[in-house]
Amino acid sequence: MRFAFTEDQVAFRDAVRDVLAKECTPATVRAAWAGGGSEDAWAALGAMGVLGVLAPEAAGGLGLTAVDLVLLLEESGFAALPEPLVEHGCVAIPLLDGPEPELLDGSVRVTAPFHHDTVVPYADHADWFLCFDAGAIRLVPRAAVELEPLESVDGARRLARVRAPDDAGAVVADGSAVKQAFERGAFGTAAQLVGLARRMIEMTVEYAKGRRQFGVPIGSFQAVKHHLADARIALEFARPLVYRAAWSLTRGDADASTHVSMAKSTASDAAVLAARRALQCHGAIGYSYEYDLHLFMKRTWALAAAWGDAAWHRDRVGRAIL
Amino acid sequence: MDLSFTADEAAFRDECRAWLEANVPRGLPSGDTREGFARHLEWERALFDARWAVVSWPEEHGGRDASPMEWLIFEEEYYRAGGPQRVTQNGIFLLAPTVFAFGTREQQDRILPRMAAAEDLWCQGWSEPDAGSDLAGITSRAARDDGAGGWRLSGQKTWTTRGAFCTHLFGLFRSDPDAERHRGLTYFLVPLDVPGVTVRGFGRLDGDEGFAEVFFDDVFVPDADVLGEVHQGWRVAMATTSSERGLTLRSPGRFMAAAARLVDLWRERGDADDASARDDVIRAWIDAEAYRWQTFLTVTRMTDGEDLGAESSLTKVFWSELDVRLHETALQLLGTAAERDESGWMKGFQFALSGPIYAGTNEIQRNVIAERVLGLPRA
Repeated sequence: MRFAFTEDQVAFRDAVRDVLAKECTPATVRAAWAGGGSEDAWAALGAMGVLGVLAPEAAGGLGLTAVDLVLLLEESGFAALPEPLVEHGCVAIPLLDGPEPELLDGSVRVTAPFHHDTVVPYADHADWFLCFDAGAIRLVPRAAVELEPLESVDGARRLARVRAPDDAGAVVADGSAVKQAFERGAFGTAAQLVGLARRMIEMTVEYAKGRRQFGVPIGSFQAVKHHLADARIALEFARPLVYRAAWSLTRGDADASTHVSMAKSTASDAAVLAARRALQCHGAIGYSYEYDLHLFMKRTWALAAAWGDAAWHRDRVGRAIL
Repeated sequence: MDLSFTADEAAFRDECRAWLEANVPRGLPSGDTREGFARHLEWERALFDARWAVVSWPEEHGGRDASPMEWLIFEEEYYRAGGPQRVTQNGIFLLAPTVFAFGTREQQDRILPRMAAAEDLWCQGWSEPDAGSDLAGITSRAARDDGAGGWRLSGQKTWTTRGAFCTHLFGLFRSDPDAERHRGLTYFLVPLDVPGVTVRGFGRLDGDEGFAEVFFDDVFVPDADVLGEVHQGWRVAMATTSSERGLTLRSPGRFMAAAARLVDLWRERGDADDASARDDVIRAWIDAEAYRWQTFLTVTRMTDGEDLGAESSLTKVFWSELDVRLHETALQLLGTAAERDESGWMKGFQFALSGPIYAGTNEIQRNVIAERVLGLPRA
């Protein structure tokens, strides 16, 4: 038993962290609300191989695993990256037999609905759509679908309902591969939620150190400390379950779906708690639209529910253990 | 990353399991009563005779040189087999790490084998009537006696777990009354049968005589029984707190076993239509798993030489509050039967309620997390 990442995995994470700090700032996320793209971030991730982590080397991917991908997904959550990284890199790529180079280098995007729905995020910039239908997944090009834009609490998500003719595109998965795709989506989203929780805790710690009331930093007050300590504890105990789910998916563990559900339920709860505590410790500034906190809170609310919410996943754990 | 157990680890688990399943005693009375304690000592000595008492210690002191991962495996198997809480725990889990880190060779040879064999039984003398969470506020004194080559202790310790049944106490005393609070403390090792020591047991919440107050009236302690340097007791003691808060005192195996019992209780008595209770059972199970995997992550980091420092406070809050929730859920499933406590859950619940208080209250732990893990300013 050795529960740690390799030096290479940590170095890859650090490189992605640096790139996203530069290419996916809060201003980038705000721009996505207005329909702006984060082309530079997506292209940079493509150039670094992030989109093809799970693609075979023969097809130009890195031929790596969910264990190699999990820290990168966490970073994309930390940055609130307004791109379909989970849908594209985590759900779609492993379904494709030798994905085209353009799917790996950041020139195009695949998006996917979560949980057998027809609602997809990041729809307006997507080139391909995964459509779940009658126990199969089809890969459908933009030209063959109709998109009906929908509101999202997180405007950067740019939701749309997808309609595609029954025979559009090609079947890329059926049977157990459909279930596997769902597991990867839930797992990837859990990893992003862990990153979001970390981001909101960091932002709030910085704010609480600097904001002064009654002549002292508010972070010196025990009530504020305890709010943040609770969020930090929740993060501490969600993270290992997410990493363990990565391992179980990689190994094809017979209980992988239970492990994914433990990860997603715990990560959803941890991020929602972090959002709540972050807002409370910020006070009115956090409640202000101009301030960046809401970008991360709203992503958290969206992702906490996506791919099965905490209650749904706990129920699934219950069906396995009770 | 490799989350499968190695062949050696699996073999170690098999060996633990076989021995424990054949030897763990059933239905021992509470170890926090005089009669119960004696029965527990028989069990502790059986563990020692089979070299299972202190698996992580060096062989020369009665252990097996087990790795931290093997120690966790032992703990999982111990509680899985229904093993009782260790009445020797405050010695083997709290004092021993400090003796290994700060003790002289002579002290190690004198203290550790008898501790492992449950011949000497150690209690922790930290809290005082006016110093609980504010441990550095202790006032029990140690006065220098150069002529006799040692120190004279006076004062009172209290809420000393199983103090009435133990033979020795490790504790902090103020050796330099003029120094700032955290300085000027010295860590002493005191036999409880020496002149001037008076021990009075008293009841805990559940009525068992699990607590004691210990009075010191000019008690002589030779220099050989000072642990670490004189006036450095705070630093020496903090090494023990991180063991106490962290994984050694309350390893995941204990909560995994409790969660498994809760699942059994649900199967036996749960109402499938009670979605809220069902969710609480599942949550307890997932939290026990989270603690297990967080511990594997932590132990791997320790094995790699990382110092975890204040992070043990994250762990302490988590397991203690998990334990309370888990027992509350069991009581809910039992309904009015909980009052009669034929199953022991009510007794366990009362014990669980001590978790957020002992080893530094969870309020103190949250301060530590905020200040030393997150970096928020001190008040």
